[in-house]
Amino acid sequence: MSRSATATLTALGVGAAGGLTTAPALALPVRGELAELLPWGGLRRGSTVSVRGSTSLLLALVAEATAEGCWAAFAGLPRCGALAAAELGVAVHRLALVPRPGRDQGEVEKTIAALLDGFDLVAVATPVTPATSRKLSARARHRKAVLLPFAVEWPGADVELTAVPGPWTGLEAGHGVLSTRTVTVQATGRGAAARPRQTRLPLPGTATSRPGPIPLTAPRPTTAEAV
Amino acid sequence: MLPASRPLEPASRPPEEVNPLYTLAVWCPDWPVVAASAEAALPPHVPAAVIGSGEVVACSAVARAEGVRRGMRRRAAQGQCPELVVLDYDEVRDARLFEPVAVAVEELAPGIEVVRPGLVVVAAQGPVGYYKSAEQAAERLVDQVAVRVGVEAQVGFADGLFAATLAAHRGLIVPPGRTREFLEPLGVHELDQPAEHREDRAELVDLLRRLGLRTLGAFAAVPERDVATRFGRAAVLAHRLAAGLEERARSRRRPPPELSVTRQLDPPIDRVDAAAFAAKGLAERLHTGLADRGLACTRLGIRATTENGEELHRVWRCADPLTPQGIADRVRWQLDGWLTRARLTAGIHLLRLDPEEVVDATVLQLGLWPGAGQDQGEAAERAARAMVHVQGLLGPDAVLTPVLGGGRGPVERVRLVPWGDERTPAADPDQPWPGQLPAPSPATVFSEPEPVALLDESGADVVVTGYAELVVQPHRIVHAGRTRQVVAWSGPWPVDERWWDEEAAMRGARLQVLGAASDGEELAFLLIRAGGKWAVEGVYD
Repeated sequence: MSRSATATLTALGVGAAGGLTTAPALALPVRGELAELLPWGGLRRGSTVSVRGSTSLLLALVAEATAEGCWAAFAGLPRCGALAAAELGVAVHRLALVPRPGRDQGEVEKTIAALLDGFDLVAVATPVTPATSRKLSARARHRKAVLLPFAVEWPGADVELTAVPGPWTGLEAGHGVLSTRTVTVQATGRGAAARPRQTRLPLPGTATSRPGPIPLTAPRPTTAEAV
Repeated sequence: MLPASRPLEPASRPPEEVNPLYTLAVWCPDWPVVAASAEAALPPHVPAAVIGSGEVVACSAVARAEGVRRGMRRRAAQGQCPELVVLDYDEVRDARLFEPVAVAVEELAPGIEVVRPGLVVVAAQGPVGYYKSAEQAAERLVDQVAVRVGVEAQVGFADGLFAATLAAHRGLIVPPGRTREFLEPLGVHELDQPAEHREDRAELVDLLRRLGLRTLGAFAAVPERDVATRFGRAAVLAHRLAAGLEERARSRRRPPPELSVTRQLDPPIDRVDAAAFAAKGLAERLHTGLADRGLACTRLGIRATTENGEELHRVWRCADPLTPQGIADRVRWQLDGWLTRARLTAGIHLLRLDPEEVVDATVLQLGLWPGAGQDQGEAAERAARAMVHVQGLLGPDAVLTPVLGGGRGPVERVRLVPWGDERTPAADPDQPWPGQLPAPSPATVFSEPEPVALLDESGADVVVTGYAELVVQPHRIVHAGRTRQVVAWSGPWPVDERWWDEEAAMRGARLQVLGAASDGEELAFLLIRAGGKWAVEGVYD
């Protein structure tokens, strides 16, 4: 309870030291396990959080924020399962899909920039050049949106979340049905997120079980980002 | 109709397969003048003009021959034609006197929709089928209106409301599928019909002219993407019209009945002023109900029941979403028409408004309904603006929003609706769907199932029997060039859909398979077997 209360406070913009940060609601809420993984207790507006390894992780990451009124756009994810998104708690009526954000780099950049102007969360799964990625991260910072590069190289990311899917439960040889699996999510990043952390995220799971973050023994330098 | 002699005709198409958009329009030229002259009992050879806010709104053919034009100042018009009889513009009168025309058309072609006083449209399929040909139907309708009401009418046939109206202005029958050819040589000013009072269209037409796009064909030849980028959303709708399409794709689903509003009138109304009062209140209720859901009405059904049980029904159609004032006007006009012309035996005691066709109001009129709909506030508006922007960059179909509905598989339960279209599910989610897969659903879905090999231990294809049972145990799965050992599986869930429809019928089975790669990485698949082949429908990643 106390842990989740801290997470909520952080999400509301109350800093760890007890002082109020400059603007309220600086971070968009995320479910408990993920809140403790992110240095700001949520998705800080203006940040770039790169996600890899699992579409479900991306969906779980945006779920809480969309449920509370934020709008999310997914660019370059033509195969995103909206039903799975809804099951993970995403308010799909506030989700926009741009399956093909453009034919060339210039068009993709324009599209993502336009999305960053209006959406609180923008996931990008189209590969872009390092120069473009830096420009878009800067745009997100300026527009106070959260940029979520998904499964693409993104040099300017503040935090990188990598999912390592664990074993499934529920499905047996010839009977049962897929039920849950625990995904181990590792976070690495820069600045406040420099200390690598990891958490176990049951998917699809409820936000009630909240295992704490497990600091890894040896902090890795940010340059050695997992690929 | 020998196919050999008329190679241009789509001879292979059976005659019953008429485009549902093929529309018949009945147009009464210069209706405001006709109505005003009729009320003033003016003989037809006297030049007459209807003046509203100091300008000529409409003039009779005789006056036009004398040089009177629409938009002329009153004094200038009288200068052209000193004997001109000037009549005041009155929308209510126009509507009231038009009701008998609508009734006359309806007798021959049920299901009419009144676009405005002076113009009625109806799906052409019915009348053309009944009278064997469009020519016959047109002749009968013109006769009917002349005999019953004593009014001159012109009939036009074309695909869609816009083209049919233009065809009626010219008294033409445009064959189905030839609408684009018909529109091509017409001037771009046709997009701005004066009777529609659309400021934005006038501006657009002016702009297009200055750009050198003088015909509808030239405008239609501009790619839609470029139109969206340079001129915005309203121009995209106009562009669709120029290309012979409907402004918006028709939605097949009807709006939910709870959006209809009903009012008991006690005492029953039999006077026009009482009708106007009733119309206003009801219109506001309907509009509020729609706006709460972020909708606006483009086709309005008005139903009235009299104390003696007479049922009256009329549909009004409008290109633009109706404002509360627009709804109230149409209800008032209609009630006026019924009360004064329909020879009712008793007063109207029940009035009901049905939104027959609705569109998303937040998209069409962002400025007018700030924060209307379920998603109130600034966030929704900002997102909407960004989506319209992206649609401008990439085309209207580039931005999709998912709508969850009924069905069995993860693909069919989601309908991706281009932003701005009505968000209706593909199938009713509240119906029972036996064989529906339980949650969780795959996070990655393949709308076009991707081929996959599911093999038994000997390397042969795993077959599903007609009773939806596996004959052998699956051993390995090969997808995207990677072989995985099958460690668990479940199913098959039989799929036996739409067996009554030979083309859409689909018989198969779904299977959940958990595969482990040689490095221990596990990946769960949702497979579907149809037509004797396995395919991946989703990946639980």
